[in-house]
Amino acid sequence: MDRRSFLKTAAATTGMAAVPFAKVLPAAAAPTGVAVVAISQTINSLDIHRKGTNRPSYQIAVNCYDRLVSFGTKTMTDGSLSYDYSKIEPDLAESWEYSADGMAIIFKLRKDAVFTDGSPVTAADVKWSLDRAVSLGGFPAVQMKAGSLEKPEQFVVVDDKTFRIDLIRKSKLTIPDLAVPVPMIINSKVAKANATPDDPWATDFLHRNTAGSGAYTIARWDPGQQIVYQRNEKWTSGALPGVKRVVVREVPSQATSRALVERGDVQLAFAVPDKDARELTAKDDVDVVGSLIENCIYCLGLNLNFEPLKDVKVRQAIAYSVPYADIHKVAGYGQGAPMWGGKSTTPEDVSWPQPFPYDTNIEKAKELMAASSFASGFETTISINLSLASWMEPTALLIQEGLAKIGVKTTVDKIPGANWRTAALVEKRLPIHLENFGGWLNYPDYYFFWAYLKGHLFNSSNYDNPEVAKLVGETLHMETDNPEYAPKVKRLIEIAFTDVPRIPLWQPSLNSAMSPKLEGYEYWFHRQLDARKFSVS
Amino acid sequence: MGGLARFQLVGSRILQSLPALFGVVLVTFVLTRALPGDPAAYFAGPAADEKSIQQIREALGLDRPLPEQFLLYLRDLASGELGVSISTGQPVIEELARRLPASLELTIGALLLSLAFAVPMGVLAAMHPGRPIDHACRIIATAGVSLPTFFTGLALLFVFYYILGWSPPPIGRLDYAYLPPDNITGFYVLDALFAGDIETARAALGQLLLPMITLALFTLAPIARMTRGAMLQALVSDFIRTARASGLNRRRLVGQYAFRNAMLPVVTTLGMVFSFTLGANVLVEKVFAWPGIGSFAVEALVVSDYAAVQGFVLSMAILFVVLNLLVDIIYTLIDPRVASDG
Amino acid sequence: MADASPSMTTSALTAPQPNFWRRTQHVLASNPVSFVALGGFVLILLAGIFGPLLAPYDPLATNAAVALQPPSFAYWFGTDQLGRDVFSRVLVATRLDLMVSVAAVALSFVVGAAIGTLSGYYGGWTDRLSGRLIDTIMAFPLFVLAMGIVAALGNTVENIIYATAIINIPFYARVTRAEALIRRNAGFVQAAKLSGNGGLRIVAIQIFPNALPPMAVQASLNLGWAILNAAGLSFIGLGVRPPTPEWGIMVAEGANFIISGEWWLALFPGAALMITVFTFNLMGDALRDIVDPRKRT
Repeated sequence: MDRRSFLKTAAATTGMAAVPFAKVLPAAAAPTGVAVVAISQTINSLDIHRKGTNRPSYQIAVNCYDRLVSFGTKTMTDGSLSYDYSKIEPDLAESWEYSADGMAIIFKLRKDAVFTDGSPVTAADVKWSLDRAVSLGGFPAVQMKAGSLEKPEQFVVVDDKTFRIDLIRKSKLTIPDLAVPVPMIINSKVAKANATPDDPWATDFLHRNTAGSGAYTIARWDPGQQIVYQRNEKWTSGALPGVKRVVVREVPSQATSRALVERGDVQLAFAVPDKDARELTAKDDVDVVGSLIENCIYCLGLNLNFEPLKDVKVRQAIAYSVPYADIHKVAGYGQGAPMWGGKSTTPEDVSWPQPFPYDTNIEKAKELMAASSFASGFETTISINLSLASWMEPTALLIQEGLAKIGVKTTVDKIPGANWRTAALVEKRLPIHLENFGGWLNYPDYYFFWAYLKGHLFNSSNYDNPEVAKLVGETLHMETDNPEYAPKVKRLIEIAFTDVPRIPLWQPSLNSAMSPKLEGYEYWFHRQLDARKFSVS
Repeated sequence: MGGLARFQLVGSRILQSLPALFGVVLVTFVLTRALPGDPAAYFAGPAADEKSIQQIREALGLDRPLPEQFLLYLRDLASGELGVSISTGQPVIEELARRLPASLELTIGALLLSLAFAVPMGVLAAMHPGRPIDHACRIIATAGVSLPTFFTGLALLFVFYYILGWSPPPIGRLDYAYLPPDNITGFYVLDALFAGDIETARAALGQLLLPMITLALFTLAPIARMTRGAMLQALVSDFIRTARASGLNRRRLVGQYAFRNAMLPVVTTLGMVFSFTLGANVLVEKVFAWPGIGSFAVEALVVSDYAAVQGFVLSMAILFVVLNLLVDIIYTLIDPRVASDG
Repeated sequence: MADASPSMTTSALTAPQPNFWRRTQHVLASNPVSFVALGGFVLILLAGIFGPLLAPYDPLATNAAVALQPPSFAYWFGTDQLGRDVFSRVLVATRLDLMVSVAAVALSFVVGAAIGTLSGYYGGWTDRLSGRLIDTIMAFPLFVLAMGIVAALGNTVENIIYATAIINIPFYARVTRAEALIRRNAGFVQAAKLSGNGGLRIVAIQIFPNALPPMAVQASLNLGWAILNAAGLSFIGLGVRPPTPEWGIMVAEGANFIISGEWWLALFPGAALMITVFTFNLMGDALRDIVDPRKRT
C-alpha cells in the first residue's frame, strides 16, 4: 500500500468511528431504528450524472436527493405501495404553471427547503443541477432529452425562489421527465467549492460525496460491500423516514440473499429471482411484494438484418412456435403477466404492454414456414445475456426446442454482460436474441420510440418502418387526451402485432422479499431501492 | 555462507523475477485487450449515444494504437498509477489495498487450519504406511481436494447457517452491527485482538470460519501428501537408521529428527500451495460475499474492466514472487546446502 | 495439483524396471484403496463410452410438466428446472468431462515435455527463454489466467481445454527439465552421442522415456484438477454452451437451488464430479507408488 492510499484508508477509518453504531449488536436484535437490505449488485458511484455509473447506484439519487417534482404514491390491491405515474406532486417546487403561450414552465420553490448543510435550496441550485444533467453527456443527457430538456439556456433563474424552463417544444414528457432520478437538485455551493478548472461539474467530489436535500445522507460507503444511509433530520420534502439508518449490503449470491431474508438477518432482499418469489410467498415469516414492471416486456428479438428473419412469414412462424406457457412457467415461475394469447389482431385499447395475438401453434407455424421463402428451414443462433442467464437460459432452450420443430436449427450463445450492450444494442448484430427493455416514462409511444425506430438504441431488431416512424413522431409529444392520440397508438400496436420484429413473452415483475415488520416498501419504475418511507415495527 | 552471499542471493533472485513480472504485465495487457467487451460502451452507461461513447474512448486512451497504449500503461505503472476501475468507480490501488488484507486473512487462516490437520495426518500416515490409518488419511485428504470449492462452500452454508443456524449470516467480513477494528494489519481478527475487543474478534472469526474451512479442505491433500512423502523418506534415511540402531527412543526419533528433516520439502511446497489457494479464493469469495480481491477480479473480468484486471494480476504476481523469495530465504536459513544451486 | 516434490523429480533414475508388473500387483494387493480406485476408473470409463446408450431419457429434452421433481423411481436423480432428467444428464456428461480433462492434460503433457526436455538437454538460451516463459505462467494466479483466456477467446469446449492445458504446462516442463538435466551427462546419453546420434534423436529416445514415469504420476493427479478447473469456469459463467450437459455447469446451476431445497440438482453431478476426481487422485497415488517405490518404503 502506498502512502497516499494509506492516509485515505486511515481517514476512512476515523470517519467511520464518527458513525454512532452500537459497538456490539447481535443482528437478530437489530433495533427498530435500523433496516438492513440485501442487494445483489454493486453500487459504483454516488453520482447518477457520472459516466459509468451503474443502475444500482441510481438509488442514491432517489434517497439522498430531491427533484422539482415527484410522482405520487398509490396503494395496490395487495396493500403494497407503488409510485403513481398519473399523479405529479410537488417535491422541491411547491407549484408550477405554464406561461400564456405554453412555451415555458415557471416553478415556485418551497421556502422551507434546505440542503443537509442547512443552506436554503435556491433557483441557482436548480439551474446548476439541470445544467449539469444536460452537459455531462451520456445517459443523463439522453434521459433529459427525452423530456425535451436539451440545453442549459432553457433553464432560467427568475429570482431566488422562482425558476423557469423555456421549452423547445410542447411535450407531455417534460414534466414526468423532471420526476425521474436524473434531474436531482444538487447543493451548488458545496459542489462548486469542490470543483476544479479541469472538473467544473465537481464529478470527482460528487462521485464520493452527496450534496443534496434528500431523505438520507450517506453515513458510510464501503465500495463493493455496503452503503449506510443516515436519516436527514432536516428533510422537508416528505414525512421523515421511520428508520434512523438503512444498511444496504451487497450480497452477490442470490441463494445467500434468500437465506438471509428467510432467517430474518436482513429485513429486505431487494429484487429476488422469480423462483424465490414464488416459493417465499408460501412462507409465513416472509412477505413478497411482486410489482409488474410498467412499460417493460421480456421479448424475443428477431434481427431483420438477417435474411430469413426479413421475411414476415418467418417471423410470424417463429411467433407461433414459441412455447409461451412453458417458458412463463419454468423460466418466469409464473410471475408477471402473460403477453401471448391476445384475442384480436387489432388492439381494443391503448393499454401497453398488452398480449399479442399469438399462441403456441406448431401447425400454423409450419404452414407459415412452408409459405415463406425458407420452407426448408435455416440455421442461426439464439443469443442470451450471461448476466440475465437465470431467465434467459431456460427461455432460450425452450425456444430452441420450439424452433427445431419448424426446421430452424439454433445454437445458444451466451454473451458476457459487458459485451451484451455492444453486441445487441450498439452493433445490433445478434440474429435471434432475448431482450428486456422497459421505458421509464409510461407511454406506449415512448416504448415504440426506443424499441421500434431505426437506429434507436433498444431496436436491437433493426426494424425499419416509415409508418411507425411517422406515427411515433406524431404521438410522442402529444397529450394523451388529444382525440388523435388513441387511434394512432392503436395503429402502432397493430403494426407491432403483424410485423413482430419483437415477440413479447411476458411482462416481468419486480419481486422483493421482506420481513413482515418492514413497512413502506415502494415500487418505482426505475426498479431501485426507495427507502424514504421505510419503518420497522 | 556469509551475510554478503545471502544478500547477493536475494538480489539475484529479485533480478531473476523481473522478466517474469514483465511477462505478466505484457500477457495481461494483451489478454485484456483481447476480451470481447467494449469498456467505453460499458462506461458510457445505458442509453448513451455513439458520440459519448467515442468521447469516453478518447478519454480512456482506447482510440490509440495498442503499442502506444502499452507504453502509456508502462509509464503509469512506473509512477505507481494503476488506473481507475470502471466497475467500482474507485482507483484500483485503493481497491487492492482494501481487499488484499481480506483475501490474505482468509488464505492464511485456511492454510494454518489446513497445516494443523494435514501435518499430523501426514506424519501418522507415514508412521503406519499401508495400514488402515494411512488409507483413512489418504481418503480424507483426497476427498477434500476432489470437491469443487463453491460446492463445498454452499453445502457448508446450507447446513451450518441455513439449517442449524450456528454460523453467522454470510454477508462479508463482519456483521453490520460491528465496527471494523482500527487498521493495523488489515486482518480483522488480529486487529480486534490488538484493540482488546474480544467481542469483535469473535464476530470476525465467526464470519471467517466457514470460508476458511472450505478452503482448508481443499488444501489438506497437497500438504498431507507432501508431509507423508517427506516423512517416509526421512524415516529411511541413513542418519535415522543409525540413530535407531544406536537405540534412540522412537518418539524422540520421529518428533525431533525425522520430522525436522521432513519439514524442508513441506516448506517449499507451501509457497506453491499458497498461490494455488489464492486462486481457489476467487470462487469461495463469491459464495460468501467476501470482499476480497478474488471476487473483485471475477467481476472485473466479466465486464472487461482493464485497469482492475491488470492491477489484480500484477499484484498477485508480485505477491507470488515475494512469497517464493521468502520461501527460498527460509529454506537457505534452514538448509545451507541449498545456497550452492541458487 | 501443484505437487512438485523434489523426491519425485529425481525418482526412477533408471529406466522402468522389469519387475514393474510384479510391483503393480504388489501395490494393488497391499493397498485396497488403489484397488477401489482402479474399479472406479473402469466404471467411469464405461460410463464415458456407453453413457449415451444407457441414458433412460434424452438429456436435452425438456418437459415443463415435470420440472424440479425430486428423485423418484421414474427419475432416479430427479429433474431440473426444465424437466430434464438429471440422471441422464449426469451419465451423458461423463464423456465430455473425461474428454476435456484428458485432452487438456495430454496437451500440457506433450507441450510441457517438449519444452522441458529441450531446455534441460540443450541448456543455454533455450533453457533461459523457456524458463522465463514458465516463470511468467507460474507468476499468474492460475485460475484467473484460465478465466482470462476463456473470456478472451470465447467459451467453447476447445478454449476451455486450451486454457486448462496452458496453466498446467509448467508442472510438466519442470519435471522433464529436471530429468533431462540429470541425464544429459549420464553414461548412456554420452554413448549415444559418441555413436553419432543427433541431439533431437537423443532427446526423443534416451531422455524423454526416462522422464515418463514421474510425468505419468503428475498427469494422473492433473486429470482430476482439470475437471475441477472446468467446473470452476462454469461456476462463473465461462463454461460450455447450454444445453450441453457438463458436471461443472450442472453443479454451478444447481448450487442456486440448494437453499430452496432442490438439493438433487447439485448433489448428483457434484457426487459424480467428486468420485471421478477422487478416483483420478487415488490412481495418481497408486501410480506413484509403482514408479517410485521408495515412497512406500
